[in-house]
Amino acid sequence: MNKPNTNLSRRKFLISSTAISGGFALGLQIPGANAQQESQSNAINIWVEIHEDDSVIIKYARTEMGQGSLTSAPQLVADDLDADWNQVSIEYVDVNEHIRNDRAWGDMVTVGSQTIRRSQDYLRQAGASARAMLVAAAAQAWDVPAEEITVANGDISHEASGRHSGFGAFAALAATMPVPETVSLKDPADWHIIGQPFPRVDIPASVDGSQIYGVDAELPGMVYAAVAQCPVFGGTVRSFDASTARERRGIMDIFTIDDGLALVVVADNWWRAKQALDQVNIDWDTKGNETVSNETILEFFRENLDAADGAPMPNNAGDADVAIADADQVLTADYYTPYLSHSPMEPMGATVHIQEDRVDVWTSTQAPVASLTSVATALGIPAEDVYLHRVQAGGGFGRRGGSTDYTRQAALVAQTLPTGTPVKLLWTREEDMQHDFYRPLAMYRIKAGLDADGKIQGWRARVASGSILNQMRGVPLNNGFDGISCEGFTRLPYQIEDQFQDFRQCATHVPLGFWRTVGWSQTPFAREQFIDELAVAAGEDPYHFRLKHMAEDELSRHILEQVANAVGWDEAPAEGRFRGIATTEPYGSFTAAVVELSVNDAGVINIHRVIQGINPGYVVNPDNVRAQLEGATVWAISAAMWGEITIEEGRVQESNFHNYRLMRLAEMPVMETVLAPTGGFWGGVGEPGQAPILPALCNAIYAATGTRVRSLPLQQHGFTLA
Amino acid sequence: MELHVNNATFEVDVEPEMPLLWVIRDILNLKGTKFACGIAQCGACTVHIDGEPVRSCSYPVSAAEGKLITTIEGLSENASHPVQQAWVKHQVPQCGYCQSGQIMAAVSLLNKKPQPTDADINAAMTNICRCGTYKRMREAIHDVAGSTAEFYQAQVVTERGEQS
Repeated sequence: MNKPNTNLSRRKFLISSTAISGGFALGLQIPGANAQQESQSNAINIWVEIHEDDSVIIKYARTEMGQGSLTSAPQLVADDLDADWNQVSIEYVDVNEHIRNDRAWGDMVTVGSQTIRRSQDYLRQAGASARAMLVAAAAQAWDVPAEEITVANGDISHEASGRHSGFGAFAALAATMPVPETVSLKDPADWHIIGQPFPRVDIPASVDGSQIYGVDAELPGMVYAAVAQCPVFGGTVRSFDASTARERRGIMDIFTIDDGLALVVVADNWWRAKQALDQVNIDWDTKGNETVSNETILEFFRENLDAADGAPMPNNAGDADVAIADADQVLTADYYTPYLSHSPMEPMGATVHIQEDRVDVWTSTQAPVASLTSVATALGIPAEDVYLHRVQAGGGFGRRGGSTDYTRQAALVAQTLPTGTPVKLLWTREEDMQHDFYRPLAMYRIKAGLDADGKIQGWRARVASGSILNQMRGVPLNNGFDGISCEGFTRLPYQIEDQFQDFRQCATHVPLGFWRTVGWSQTPFAREQFIDELAVAAGEDPYHFRLKHMAEDELSRHILEQVANAVGWDEAPAEGRFRGIATTEPYGSFTAAVVELSVNDAGVINIHRVIQGINPGYVVNPDNVRAQLEGATVWAISAAMWGEITIEEGRVQESNFHNYRLMRLAEMPVMETVLAPTGGFWGGVGEPGQAPILPALCNAIYAATGTRVRSLPLQQHGFTLA
Repeated sequence: MELHVNNATFEVDVEPEMPLLWVIRDILNLKGTKFACGIAQCGACTVHIDGEPVRSCSYPVSAAEGKLITTIEGLSENASHPVQQAWVKHQVPQCGYCQSGQIMAAVSLLNKKPQPTDADINAAMTNICRCGTYKRMREAIHDVAGSTAEFYQAQVVTERGEQS
């Protein structure tokens, strides 16, 4: 590579270009990519490469785990480049190179529905800058003004002289052109790649068995590890008897790691290791948590609902108590949402290969840098010596983002084995379900008044929940307040003059984590059902009751109207069918849903239709957005019907899919998706779809049965799914 | 023990009770068949044994001896099977981890019933997909049934001598 040609005068991103063999590569420095130092180094972080054979390689820094952004993020680059999508191929950014280059690719995590909305500006600028340099090169070579050159679908042309060319012919010359100081991004009206339903680039490998996931790594001489952690969270191995297990075929070693946090069996085959593990007699030190049960946890949470003082939310205004005292009617309701497990289909696991001068790691992760660093930390070596191989993740849903527990374990096991022995550590499903970082259990109490005209007059809400950030990472709460737990309450779409809401942290020994849609996976269950309860009390239609309180929230009103119109809300459903509606504002997007169902006398719910709408500002790949809404609906219905992780004697009772039910194909309702992008902002897509489904479903159940379900799952209320 | 997998024969020295899944994955090194639950609940490990769908995580290898085992890798050359093509056309997979098993289940259904009803699909497609791709699976199966009915009828006639 030649010395980078760097342009320091750009306002937002430092963009640099580099000559590569026969072509050029364009990188940019992302502000805040390296938090430790305001580095202005010339670290090359290539986002796009143009080669002399006209091929365009776009780099992808984050993870593909089914959300589709391995395809949609490069669409952003390709559009402002005016490339032909068929000339584009996509490559993962190497994590080790990222570490060695001041973490120059910026944020690599795949969390919070952020991939598009947090990288769209620099990805589009990378494409636009590369395009401008190709144009400058063509202008010089053809000796024509750059303004007269147009680029479309990978073709550079000059109309007056009739000349045109692919990118490759000017790639080398473009590398010598100055990086433009400013580039203008395309008007959305001119997009030709953004907004197209291009097939996802990873799908072909998912239909012939060739897709490689973390658990698929295979190396010569590899050994396999099965692992057991204390069924009571935080417990350790006091002693163990492995005399029988050691006799079994293929068993190589049995030991504990991490001061007894886990017991490990290593064998020449994973099944043999796991069979032997079942034969090890382990005496666990449960450290006092064996007395915790769902009953004690629920009692603790109820006390926190009743307690006088909480940490106030930032949006409090007016005097809720006075307003409620003066109201015509007053309603109060408590809601409960349980702990939930992520249960991605690919179990937790990692392969670690320690050699003299380097350590190689294969694992499915939403946080490649954290995974790499966890191995370096476990082994006490520099992160620069660890090489993390990028693979597809067999589902993430948050489990593989915040925590690197299994990666650390694999590193510690590899360290115990003779150097040079690659080891694959793999958890059972039971280990995964019983050692997850769970969606927090939460309780909500909402109290509000209605005036004589059926308008909400005064609103109080109490959120009692664990704090993920505080429990998982020790992040201190801000005066006792945890914003993530209160998502859905801190910006009500309903205009209520007098509101008071607060939060109380309820920490138990149960580990907490980010579960798809996080706070928004549960707060709408309370908020949007309570709005329905108010509508019923006011004697009004729940859709129009919402609309009349949304006068000042145009975008919330817009998505709700779009979905209601798609359903034909104001026309009654067929005889015996009932509808529920809900609206939410998660992850920078706006989503609303209607569920239409019937319920028979035996409590069998037949969901006839789900209509799900989203306004994410801009839609990059419409087919993928629809797929995300479809999947999020399945996710939400599984949680609504059956989802509950319960604790007895300090341990999780559920162990596998027979007692932690997930929806199957036969239960999939007819599903219609409404894409209603208004432009003007960039919102998320992977998570928002789930948020309105639970309350829309429960509101429909109320409409059908008169039963208001204030705790989940529905199976606890005698409901089943047809 | 001799195993016939994807038109090849392998000699393996394993315990008879070892589940077929682990022989396929860790001894024959065919990684397309997936482990997810280990108790025959989810079907990510579905393979065909003599044409029938089997959850290989709970199927002892000894029971497969002498039978024809087909994994996702042996389904077709170059992902050319109509079900694989329909899976791409309808953009079915999300994370993709369960899809080998889903495809093997769908192929088995279509082999028996080239034009399945929704009820047939509900009964046959019982594998779990955590990403929730069920809507597209159903559409893809109907698409195969509509566009390639002749392919399936010919195959069923050949294999079974009758149309089920």
